[in-house]
Amino acid sequence: MKLNRKILSCLLAAAMSLSILTAGCSSAVTKDTTSKPADTTAAATTKATTAATTAETTAAKEQVTLKMEEFSSSGGNEATLAAMITAFETKYPNIKVDLQTIGYDDYFTQLQTKVSGGNTADLFELNYENFVAYASSGALYDLKDIIASTGVDLSGFYKTAIDAYQYKGDQYAIPDSFSNVVLVYNKDLFDQAGIAYPTNDWTWDDIATAGKAIRALGNDTYGFYRPITFNEFFKASAQNGGSLISADGTKFTIDTPENIKALTGMLDLVNGSNVQPTLEQLGGMGDWDLFESGRLGMIATGIWCFGTFKDACDFKWDISVEPGNTQKATHFFSNAYAVSANCTHPEEALLLAQFLAGSKEATSLRVGASWELPPVTYEDVTSAYLSQKDPANRQAVFDSLAYLITPPVVKQNAELQEIINSYLNKAIAGDLSAADALKQCQAECETKITLG
Amino acid sequence: MRLRNQKTGIIAAFPYLLPSLMGMAVFSILPIVASLCISMTSWNGMTRVSIFHGFFTFVRENFIGLQNFADIFKEKEIFTVLGHNAYFLVLYMPLMLIMSLILAIIVGSDHKAVGVYRIIYYIPVLTSWVAGALIWKWVLSSQYGPINDLLGFIGIKGPAWLQSEVWAMPSIVLASVWKDMGFYGMIFLGGLQNISPEYYEAAKIDGANGWQRFCRITVPLLSPTTFYVVMLSFINAFQIFPQVMVMTTDAGPNGATQVMVERIYKFAFSFGKMGYAAAYSWILFAIIFAITILQNSAQRKWVHYE
Repeated sequence: MKLNRKILSCLLAAAMSLSILTAGCSSAVTKDTTSKPADTTAAATTKATTAATTAETTAAKEQVTLKMEEFSSSGGNEATLAAMITAFETKYPNIKVDLQTIGYDDYFTQLQTKVSGGNTADLFELNYENFVAYASSGALYDLKDIIASTGVDLSGFYKTAIDAYQYKGDQYAIPDSFSNVVLVYNKDLFDQAGIAYPTNDWTWDDIATAGKAIRALGNDTYGFYRPITFNEFFKASAQNGGSLISADGTKFTIDTPENIKALTGMLDLVNGSNVQPTLEQLGGMGDWDLFESGRLGMIATGIWCFGTFKDACDFKWDISVEPGNTQKATHFFSNAYAVSANCTHPEEALLLAQFLAGSKEATSLRVGASWELPPVTYEDVTSAYLSQKDPANRQAVFDSLAYLITPPVVKQNAELQEIINSYLNKAIAGDLSAADALKQCQAECETKITLG
Repeated sequence: MRLRNQKTGIIAAFPYLLPSLMGMAVFSILPIVASLCISMTSWNGMTRVSIFHGFFTFVRENFIGLQNFADIFKEKEIFTVLGHNAYFLVLYMPLMLIMSLILAIIVGSDHKAVGVYRIIYYIPVLTSWVAGALIWKWVLSSQYGPINDLLGFIGIKGPAWLQSEVWAMPSIVLASVWKDMGFYGMIFLGGLQNISPEYYEAAKIDGANGWQRFCRITVPLLSPTTFYVVMLSFINAFQIFPQVMVMTTDAGPNGATQVMVERIYKFAFSFGKMGYAAAYSWILFAIIFAITILQNSAQRKWVHYE
């Protein structure tokens, strides 16, 4: 009897330990059976070429489930993306899509862990800033071969957008949206101050003048808002004829008179004339919230704000091309779908990417929901976008394309942003003058970041 | 004779210990060893690495010895960041000790509704830090939050708590004390209830007033508990993370609330320097370990054991 109990308790202990092991390592176990050692790229490409010839026929027969993850639909556009996926599944009945949407703030952290663990989704979204880091680390599938074999047509895409996602000459991702930054202004406040609305010819001086007039309307009313961060600074630098990295990409050009003037201009709006609120005056309020509350005259923000402003603003508002100084420069933000390097169905994944990014059905859905812009050149799509109201001057979005600049993309992108942001913060706080901040910033970037 | 009983005792106990040991081995010890190896490589956190397939080959190929550790100390940033952790500690410790002791005294007393108080004071401990930090972020906002409104009634113009360089760290301390007081209060409660009431009666007979009873009886007899609480909060203070990330988004106004674990997180997941981040976390471990040893050896001086 005693022996039986002892055996029973040992069995129980063994069962519990086994359950702990399998609970924690379940994904590892399945991974071990399907994954192969490090150099799978050779195996994958040969598999692709042999499968290419039968791609069309097998795609029609075998039931494929694709795992997809993305971030750009989170925060309002989930229904649009769901509609696009339903349209895709109707067109290709043998392919099912298993979608996971994660908010932007956490997306890249969890994507990185998935990449290093080897269990990424088949198709995942990247943005322009992070593309080079992922492409160079071998996490993405080279689309060159399967573009030819699946007959996917990339001619309908904007050339700038498609070229942006090439690495060392090969296509690694398909752009699915692009957006830029425009000047959004509160027409009612302009009427109250009795000044003319912004036009495409405005410069920084015009902003300062109009901003002062609107600031004078009340203690809590501000004239202009443009965050003093890396993303705005590289644009302000270009608007003043400077840049952060030299044209050939080999050295930093942060400490230049043009950049010092640009930074001084931005700081003066906050600390000098106080046309722009300080962080303390904002007190934790978001910039969009400030605009929606009707207390901000002008804001430079992305076109992804249209849907939100349309619902939340109870005053008249419109947009214009963002003013520059010696020249204009506007942002180009873009997201793209990339196929994972260890995807087992790359052809189907590419079909999904091309459909969501460039098909007539998907791009019409996107335009109808004002969810950024599809990177395609179809006339009826762009005219559908232009004919919508709120804002009325949608032509400014396309006018801005004439001046677009891309962010400086280096592999150590996040580190570069942090260094520059920390020096911008020091200049805002007054710890360093603009000239000193940029000089020290240049020195630190040169030591810590490798270019080229 | 005793040795043999011990040995058979361990052998008999082993199957029952196995589930916990297995969990600890796989989820604690294995990652610790792996982290030590990774801290001596230049892994960027993105290329595929598996603990079970070819881990040591990977380590050998990317081995850079103690280069990461040298680099960390060369970039003087670690000292600034440690300074912020220390500043947090200096503000946090006295406030937390006082508040949890007061809590323990209130909750340990004998009135009718004391059960309700026990629940209320312990609820913050049970909430997740992210939820708590979001609420504090709203409470401390100078545009939306009630604190500056309340201060306005008394006639004080409240600062922009989380956006001001001066007030950002004190705001984090405030939220941390709110969250931890219940927990340390419970520990103090246990310590208080261990003090035999005979001492207090004897002191009352001898004519000691409340304050003297507190200083001469409660404090010395509570010192083992105080030692435990101080040690625990030291260890936690160097590892603060969720409140900083949520309330002051990463580094805070002009880097005022940048702490060690935030640096580790940034280097690991944003900058693609996993090896460097692993080295950073080992340095943090060494610092906390050294402080704990120092405290242990100092306890002979001030902790009164019965």
